[in-house]
Amino acid sequence: MAQGHQASGIQAGRLAASDIAENFADLHPAYETHEAMVAADRCYFCHDAPCMTACPTSIDIPQFIREIQGGHPESAARTILDQNILGGMCARVCPTETLCEQVCVREVAEGKPVEIGRLQRYATDALMACGVHPFDRAEPTGKRIAVVGAGPAGLSAAHRLAMLGHDVELFEGQPKAGGLNEFGIAAYKSTNDFAAAEVDWLLQIGGITVTYGKTLGGDLNLEQLKSDYDAVFLSIGLGGVNALRAEGEDLAGVADAVDFIAKLRQSDDLSTLPVGRDVVVIGGGMTAVDAAVQSKLLGAENVTIAYRRDQSAMGASRFEQDLAATKGVKLMFNVMPKAVLGTNSAEEVELERTEIKEGRVTGTGETLRLKADQVFKAIGQTLEGQPEAVELSGGKIKVDAQGKTSVSGVWAGGDCASGGEDLTVTAVAEGRDAAMDIHQSLMG
Amino acid sequence: MADLTTEFLGIKSPNPFWLASAPPTDKEYNVRRAFEAGWGGVVWKTLGSEGPPVVNVNGPRYGAIWGADRRLLGLNNIELITDRSLETNLEEITRVKKDYPDRAVIVSIMVPCEEQAWKDILPRVEATGADGIELNFGCPHGMAERGMGSAVGQVPEYIQMVTEWCKQYYSKPVIVKLTPNITDIRYPARAAKTGGADAVSLINTINSITSVNLDSMAPEPTIGGKGTHGGYCGPAVKPIALNMVAEIARCPQTHGMPISAIGGVTTWKDAAEFIAMGAGNVQVCTAAMTYGFKVVQEMITGLSAWMDEKGHSSIQDFMGSAVPNVTDWQYLDLNYVTKAKISQDDCIKCGRCFAACEDTSHQAIEMSEDRVFTVKDDECVACNLCVNVCPIEGCITMEEVPAGEIDLRTGEVVSADHGDWTTHPNNPSVTAAE
Ligand SMILES: Cc1cc2nc3c(=O)[nH]c(=O)nc-3n(C[C@H](O)[C@H](O)[C@H](O)COP(=O)(O)OP(=O)(O)OC[C@H]3O[C@@H](n4cnc5c(N)ncnc54)[C@H](O)[C@@H]3O)c2cc1C
Ligand SMILES: Cc1cc2nc3c(=O)[nH]c(=O)nc-3n(C[C@H](O)[C@H](O)[C@H](O)COP(=O)(O)O)c2cc1C
Ligand code: SF4
Repeated sequence: MAQGHQASGIQAGRLAASDIAENFADLHPAYETHEAMVAADRCYFCHDAPCMTACPTSIDIPQFIREIQGGHPESAARTILDQNILGGMCARVCPTETLCEQVCVREVAEGKPVEIGRLQRYATDALMACGVHPFDRAEPTGKRIAVVGAGPAGLSAAHRLAMLGHDVELFEGQPKAGGLNEFGIAAYKSTNDFAAAEVDWLLQIGGITVTYGKTLGGDLNLEQLKSDYDAVFLSIGLGGVNALRAEGEDLAGVADAVDFIAKLRQSDDLSTLPVGRDVVVIGGGMTAVDAAVQSKLLGAENVTIAYRRDQSAMGASRFEQDLAATKGVKLMFNVMPKAVLGTNSAEEVELERTEIKEGRVTGTGETLRLKADQVFKAIGQTLEGQPEAVELSGGKIKVDAQGKTSVSGVWAGGDCASGGEDLTVTAVAEGRDAAMDIHQSLMG
Repeated sequence: MADLTTEFLGIKSPNPFWLASAPPTDKEYNVRRAFEAGWGGVVWKTLGSEGPPVVNVNGPRYGAIWGADRRLLGLNNIELITDRSLETNLEEITRVKKDYPDRAVIVSIMVPCEEQAWKDILPRVEATGADGIELNFGCPHGMAERGMGSAVGQVPEYIQMVTEWCKQYYSKPVIVKLTPNITDIRYPARAAKTGGADAVSLINTINSITSVNLDSMAPEPTIGGKGTHGGYCGPAVKPIALNMVAEIARCPQTHGMPISAIGGVTTWKDAAEFIAMGAGNVQVCTAAMTYGFKVVQEMITGLSAWMDEKGHSSIQDFMGSAVPNVTDWQYLDLNYVTKAKISQDDCIKCGRCFAACEDTSHQAIEMSEDRVFTVKDDECVACNLCVNVCPIEGCITMEEVPAGEIDLRTGEVVSADHGDWTTHPNNPSVTAAE
């Protein structure tokens, strides 16, 4: 039987363990000190800097880069973490090419921005390597707050509330904290178990009790939380996934991209993780790209992303698309899935060409088939398990600019809440801002 | 290609780039390799009297200041003159000069301020066949405490006296190397001239402490917990050297005296500027110590490319061309009015000009909501700060307001006539004179 690359079906060990390790190494490796100094030196210290405005957490970027120049990466980290307590993860996962680095005046002038993300990582790594937590808690306020969901939004809110002197009870349905930092982000963006290390470091602030395996809608209900706590913050992310609604969706070999990624992220040994020979990913966002790229890195022979609109409409940034292309992923545009075909398990995907008619994706009738022993669905996550009492808007929990929901005493933020892009950094910003608003309303 | 051949005091060299007296010229091995790399001449590392040579520290000798990407901008040293025996050096000089007759070989000397000491050494130097001597009156550390180096260079009478001895006991050109560690460089230059020197060379290094180690609380370089001031050189000192060269070139008493310019020469452009400011050639130390002997190649190709562009066929063509344009502040035309202008096409919207002008100058730049920066002509005093802080060369320019137009800041018509401080109504001495 053919081995490695050429083995048919969903198989582990397509590549040697050493190749897999190399493939999953840091996408943007950490700077050496000298590299960091050279990179920092490129910052012009702009007046009212555009990068700072573009950052959803408004980190004072010129200031932290100047602190790196001055030889104090730890103070630089403090400047970052003041605004964004998950500055370490954000340095690794933020699509900087559409945020701070996109508006860097040197990107505009030369097409080569100051590498803000990597500098941020240099600073935060330096501080975390010291093993200290730079923030202290204020005098206890006697207030108790429930935070549901320990992803970026929940962690950010919990940290800020604890810092302000409140006691926080953090409920997490999974046995681990971190949310998609732990289960979703591409492995090559968060190496060496960084997500877990960051959570441990963050919790050093004190005053946060984490209870694992407790879900809202299961063991917890909103009414109870409201009566037991002075305020409630919901940060449950998007737990559901959209269905393909195509024939053959139930065949073996068809899976949710987020489940595949979660398994990959939790695997101790990637060389034992099975992947198809011919993989087709349906979707056009960051999840689609991550599932496709990581399939390729595990050794899948052919990986195709099939997206129903054109390239410019893709949710994944240009950088992510290019990353996929350089890793050998084929990007197909204007095709939608009609059916997954196969006897016992998936063998082929039938796609139909599309065009946009009056703003809607419409099939042209022309179809084609791709070999596919594994099919990943990455066509969007949906809100799941939210309490009935809260009003929704566009499929998410409706919140105002401060994160207040329609239910008094209940705030929400992150992917589960309306407003803002579904990004780690946005979740951090919303968690922090909701915490400030909770503090304000509790303390007057 | 332009001819870079230089004749300085009758000494011919294929180009105006000489290595200054320092570690690069410390021994035969280096000098041969320097000549092979293309250097036009060398000033041999300073020789001392017969007898046991000086000893250098055995700890670090250098300190430094860096710019971006650890580019070395300033170097500081506490090295002394040659620590090899006089005899060895003289033998090597003889051999090298014999093998490189087309290159300039100058011998730098520093012996005590006594006639006998000079009388002893000069015939031996003459016997090497070297083209001339340079009197090291500049070294600011170690030798000065022994009554030599800058201790002599700071007393014009000594300079004159020693120069006279040298002219008496040595037949070839005598160059006096000046120390910048003095208030007015024209005094030692005049003394050298009065003593009969054929030329001056400048600058030697500037007294400096580059940094303090904040752990050991000692200056760097630190030798066993202590440090001392050293001599500063490299790109950072060029503006200081350029001014001192200009002062000598335009002083009526020293004008026309040949100058070998030293201090921060790193590229062809620095050399061209020194030559335009009246130098007959340049000497280089730090650039060679930073990048190796090969740096001379860009100096050569760069200078000749520029000369071709400008239509100069020899160094002589532009030597001293900038000197007549150096004047005193009081003679600058106060009726020359310019305004800063920001090219919106080139602007990258960093806002540095705004921060600089708003916080520290004349509040003459406006910033719109969408980051468009424009100069307010009615506020701009034309200080040029915005031009200097702008990261994009050529984005902000100073535009002349032609005579006859109104300067929006003062509301006055710009005059076509020259008007300087000496005749300005606000000048009290003008009023007094009336
Ligand atoms: C595959 C993938 C890749 C991504 N890559 C990037 C990237 O590179 N860069 C980037 O900026 N963003 C990326 N994102 C988006 C980013 O991960 C999210 O925007 C971010 O994690 C949202 O944070 P959150 O706290 O709102 O939700 P989540 O991270 O989803 O956290 C929600 C938490 O709540 C818990 N929870 C859910 N329901 C309940 C309940 N009922 N009771 C108790 N706990 C519950 C969950 O277990 C989880 O821990 C990616 C997303 C995916 C899916
Ligand atoms: C390590 C070192 C040693 C030097 N030794 C001497 C010396 O022995 N005699 C001398 O006249 N100048 C000496 N100098 C000064 C140089 O000749 C030169 O004047 C000075 O460095 C300025 O030129 P630069 O900016 O090109 O380096 C020395 C400089 C350095 C860096
Ligand atoms: S030249 Fe000076 S005063 Fe004029 S705009 Fe520039 S910084 Fe301001």
